[in-house]
Amino acid sequence: MCLAIPAKILKIHDQRAKVDFGGAIREVNISLVDANVGEYVVVHAGFAIQKLNEKEAQETLGLWHEILNFLEDG
Amino acid sequence: MFRFRDKRTAEIILKKLKRMDLNIRLMHVCGTHQDTLIRFGLDPLLKKVGVEIKQGPGCPVCVTTPREIEEIMLLAKKGKIITVFGDMVNVPGEKHSLQDIRSQGHDVRIVYGIEDAVNIAQKKKKEVVFMGIGFETTIPSTASSLLSSPPENFSVLSCHRLMPPALKAILEMGEIHLDGLIEPGHVSTIIGTEPYRFLSDEYGIPQVIAGFEPLDLLMGVYMLARQIENKEAKVENEYTRLVKKEGNEKAVKMMKEVFEEHDVSWRGFPVIPNSGLQLKKRFEEYDARKKFEDELLELKGKEFKEPEGCRCGEVLRGIISSDECPLFGTVCTPQNPVGPCMVSSEGSCNIMLKYGK
Ligand code: SF4
Repeated sequence: MCLAIPAKILKIHDQRAKVDFGGAIREVNISLVDANVGEYVVVHAGFAIQKLNEKEAQETLGLWHEILNFLEDG
Repeated sequence: MFRFRDKRTAEIILKKLKRMDLNIRLMHVCGTHQDTLIRFGLDPLLKKVGVEIKQGPGCPVCVTTPREIEEIMLLAKKGKIITVFGDMVNVPGEKHSLQDIRSQGHDVRIVYGIEDAVNIAQKKKKEVVFMGIGFETTIPSTASSLLSSPPENFSVLSCHRLMPPALKAILEMGEIHLDGLIEPGHVSTIIGTEPYRFLSDEYGIPQVIAGFEPLDLLMGVYMLARQIENKEAKVENEYTRLVKKEGNEKAVKMMKEVFEEHDVSWRGFPVIPNSGLQLKKRFEEYDARKKFEDELLELKGKEFKEPEGCRCGEVLRGIISSDECPLFGTVCTPQNPVGPCMVSSEGSCNIMLKYGK
């Protein structure tokens, strides 16, 4: 139930947005986030619960590189 | 593009863990973590490198108490339209499940989220009760809906629970030795990293917030192993692409506006102080327990037992693993579940059986 899925915001109307879950278009409630069209959000039980951004995703990878002093010495 | 499922990186992390010569036991508290752990076969790989992982009380359906299940069934029998998340309908109560009640003609509906329930209330004249289960990931959606003036015939039976007090209870009870905690990514998306800090400070336990891809989990384990090796106890965040230090402040604010903490029991646990949420007085008109106080009176003072032979409580406290329950896979199966840990797709018994362990 705590599963949450990323989706891209296509259109915003007040507290609701049309989002694209990799092909499937749904309407979700965006009252919990300050999101704009074109941004990615993570959706749980019909509500966007946080914005997801590419930069932060890259930072995760950066963190991994650092922690693993990267790959080759494996 | 480097992916969160890259096999080679997984192998490197496992190799690094092996070199550390570990013998540690960790706990996570999230059904989605359990799913990743079992579905991708990480559990046996980690055991081989000296890492055992237990699932704690991280399944909202499973930790819901027999009393709460009787409450919602009674409201169904009293003629309300009951709206619940899918897994809830098959959880056995004392005699029946919501599914049984439904086949007797009572109105029990499965919803994907609270908004579906509000929509039903808008279209019907009858009372509509939403069973609000779930942790911090789900609670803000209930709060937001109550803040946007739902119709009068709508109410919530709040069975919402907070994760940090349950983690404290596990550590305090000390029934099981744990070397580290893998904290749930989506709960943390809402609350951020700070609410866990006291656990490291007071109990000296290392913690890592982890995401749900196989590499997230392996990385989380590796970060914990490093803390353990360096004799550190702090909160680290592996899931930075979603979890901010401050969490989702807007969501937390709504939660605090609508709910207040109270002491509740969890299945398998004694009462855990401040671990449950009830509606504040201002939202009383939407509180099913207040609104239907008289009708619920017949449950007052009654004790409700766990299903006979079911060891969900011990599974939820991490004391036994699902396959140590004598009923696992024989008497108790997803088609014929004895306890909620076999019903819910987030329950450890269900997950273990589903992936053919
Ligand atoms: S296998 Fe069934 S009876 Fe045993 S603990 Fe799990 S849910 Fe309960």
